[in-house]
Amino acid sequence: MILKAEGMSRRFFRKNGGANFFYAVQKTDFTLEAGKLCVIMGRSGSGKSTFLNMLAGLLEPSEGRVMLDNTDIYAMDDKSLSRMRNKNIGVIPQGQTALSSLTVLENVKLPYLLYNKPSEKIDKYAAELIETVGISTLGNSYPNELSGGENRRLAIARALLMQPGILLADEPTGDLDDENTKKVLELLKNAAQNGTAVLLVTHENDAANFADSLYKMDGGVLSQIK
Amino acid sequence: MKLIFKNLIKRPGRTAALLLLSVFLAFSVFGGTMTVLSLRRGLESLEARLGADVIAVPDKAKNKLEDILLQGVPGYFYMDKENVEKIAQTEGVEAVSPQYFLASVSAGCCSVPVQIIGFEPSTDFSVQPWIKQSYGKELQNDEVVAGANINAEVGEHLRFYDQSVKVAAKLDKTGTELDNAVYTNADTLKDLLGAAVDKGLVVLAKNDPDKLVSSVLIKVKDGYSAEDVASDISVNIRHVSAVNTKNMVSGIARSLSGISDMTGLMIIAVWMLSLIVMAIAFSMIINERKREFAVLRVIGATRGRLAATVLGEAFFIGLIGGAIGVLAGALAVFPFSGLIEAKLGLPYLTPSFGASMGAAGAAVLSSVIAGPLTSALSAVRVSRMDTGLILREGN
Ligand SMILES: Nc1ncnc2c1ncn2[C@@H]1O[C@H](COP(=O)(O)OP(=O)(O)OP(=O)(O)O)[C@@H](O)[C@H]1O
Ligand SMILES: [Mg+2]
Repeated sequence: MILKAEGMSRRFFRKNGGANFFYAVQKTDFTLEAGKLCVIMGRSGSGKSTFLNMLAGLLEPSEGRVMLDNTDIYAMDDKSLSRMRNKNIGVIPQGQTALSSLTVLENVKLPYLLYNKPSEKIDKYAAELIETVGISTLGNSYPNELSGGENRRLAIARALLMQPGILLADEPTGDLDDENTKKVLELLKNAAQNGTAVLLVTHENDAANFADSLYKMDGGVLSQIK
Repeated sequence: MKLIFKNLIKRPGRTAALLLLSVFLAFSVFGGTMTVLSLRRGLESLEARLGADVIAVPDKAKNKLEDILLQGVPGYFYMDKENVEKIAQTEGVEAVSPQYFLASVSAGCCSVPVQIIGFEPSTDFSVQPWIKQSYGKELQNDEVVAGANINAEVGEHLRFYDQSVKVAAKLDKTGTELDNAVYTNADTLKDLLGAAVDKGLVVLAKNDPDKLVSSVLIKVKDGYSAEDVASDISVNIRHVSAVNTKNMVSGIARSLSGISDMTGLMIIAVWMLSLIVMAIAFSMIINERKREFAVLRVIGATRGRLAATVLGEAFFIGLIGGAIGVLAGALAVFPFSGLIEAKLGLPYLTPSFGASMGAAGAAVLSSVIAGPLTSALSAVRVSRMDTGLILREGN
C-alpha cells in the first residue's frame, strides 16, 4: 500500500490573534511506501501530529489531497473512510489512548470487534500480539493498572491487530526509558520488514538509526534528510 | 453493544447517579398518576354507591355531612324517628331509608374500630345493592352485612360486646371508612345495644333505636329536583337538614380535578427538571470521555457509531431506571394505600390492574424516552467532534 500526500497543508486560526491564521503544516508532497520505515523528527509544536492526523484521515487538510492507492480519502463519506481506516490504517495516537472500561485484551481486540463477530482466531492473534509487545501477563488487567510504557505497547498491539497496510505512530516512545524505546522501535521496524508502510513521528534522535527514510519537520516545513 | 454494558458496569458511580435520576422520574410519574387515578375511581364508586339523591341529618350534624359522604365517618347524632315519616311525606320523595349509627367498637377481627350501623333491610336501597357475596336469604336476627375490610368470611362469627353475630353477606370495597362498618337490622342492633349497656356503657342507653335515627337516605321521584326536595325538607321540618348529594359529590369532583391538574403539572415539572439535570449530566460525562470517543474514531468507528453508543447507554439507563422507579412506586402506592387514603381524607380506590399497568407503562416509557432525549445533544456533539483536535488536547 502507498499513502501519498499531494500539496497537503493545514492552517489554524490563532487562538488569541483575531482573524489571522498560520500554517501548522506548510504545503507538502510526501509518500509513504510499503515495507519502509519512515521517520519524521521535529521539535514540539513543529506540526508533526497535525501532519500525521491528516494522513490518518482524522484531520482534513486545508489544501491538497491524501491518496491511498489512488483514492482520495477525504472524498469518501464517513462510513467508507471509517471502514477503510479500520482495515488499512493502524494509528498509534499520541498519549494514553486505551478505553478504561475494557481490559487490555479487549482493548487490543476492539478494532476487529467493531465490524466483526468475536472469533477464536482473533482471540489467538490478540494473545500473540500482546506477547510480542511484551505485556502478555497483563491481558486481563485494566488500563489504569498499567504503566505509561505498557499503555503505549497496548496501543501498538491494537494498531497491529488488523494487519494494516499503513501504520502511523505518533511519538510511541515518548516518556519511555531507553530499553523500552528500543523495543518499540524494533517492533515498528519488524512491521515494516513484514511489508507495512510505517510512519514514525518523534522528537527522539535514536529513531534515526532505524529509519529507511528520514525527514525533519520545522515550523510546519518538511524536509528530507535521508 | 457489549461496549455499552461494559461502560455502564465499569463506571458504577456514574451509572448509579444517572439511574437514580431516571428512577426518580419514573417513580414520580407512576406515583402521581396512580394517586390521581385512585382518587378518581374512589369518587366514582362513591357516587355510584350512595344511591341516595338527598341525605337528611339532624341540624347540628350538618357540618359533618361532608365527612359522612366522603369518609363515611358517622357522627353520633340522633333525631326523632317521627321525622322519617315527615320526610317520606314531603313532595317529590319516592323512598326513604333511615340508618342508626351505634358507637364504633374495637373487635378481634379488625385492626381499626368497627362501626356498627343499623339499617332497615325492607326500605334500604344503599347497602344491599352492593352485597358481593351472601347466602341470598333475608338478613336474620344476629346476622350482619360486613364491609369489605372486615376480616371475616361469610358464615363466620364476629363478637361485639361479648355478643356473637354471624356474617351473612359482604360488601364491595368503597375506599372509605364504610369498609370498616357492619350493618344490622333493628332487632340485632337492640341486642347489641343491650349488651353494651350490660357492659356498663350507660351513655349509649338513652339513644333508643326505637325512637331515634341518625340519618335518612332519600330517593327523589322522577321529575323532581333533588335540590328543591332537599331545601323543602330543610325549611319545613324542624331540626332537620338535608343536602343534595350529587351537588356535594360534584363539588368534590371539581376540587379533585384541581388536584389532578396540580399533580399533572407537578409531574411535568419533575419531568422537565430531571430532563435538564440529565442533559447536563450526560453532557458533562461525554465531555470527560471525549478522548475515549476520539480513540474509537481512530480505530475506525463511524460518527454514527459513536452517537449510537451514547444513545444506547442512555436508553438502557432509562429502561432500567424506569423499571426500578415503577417497582419502587408500586411498593409505595399499593401497601400504603390505606395511609394515603387517610392522609388525603378522600375516597381512594386502587385502580384496576389494567389501569395500573397503563400507568406503569407510561412511567417506564417516560424515562426510556428521557434517556435518549437528554443525551441526543451529547450524541450529536460526539459524532461531530474533531478527532484530531481532541487527541491533541489530551497531552
Ligand atoms: N486545533 C488547533 N488549533 C490551533 N492551533 C493548533 C491546533 N492544532 C495544532 N495547532 C498548532 O499547530 C502547531 C503544531 O501542532 P502539533 O500538535 O502538530 O505539534 P507536534 O509537532 O505534534 O508537537 P508535539 O511534539 O508537542 O506533539 C502548534 O503550534 C499547535 O499549537
Ligand atoms: Mg504531537
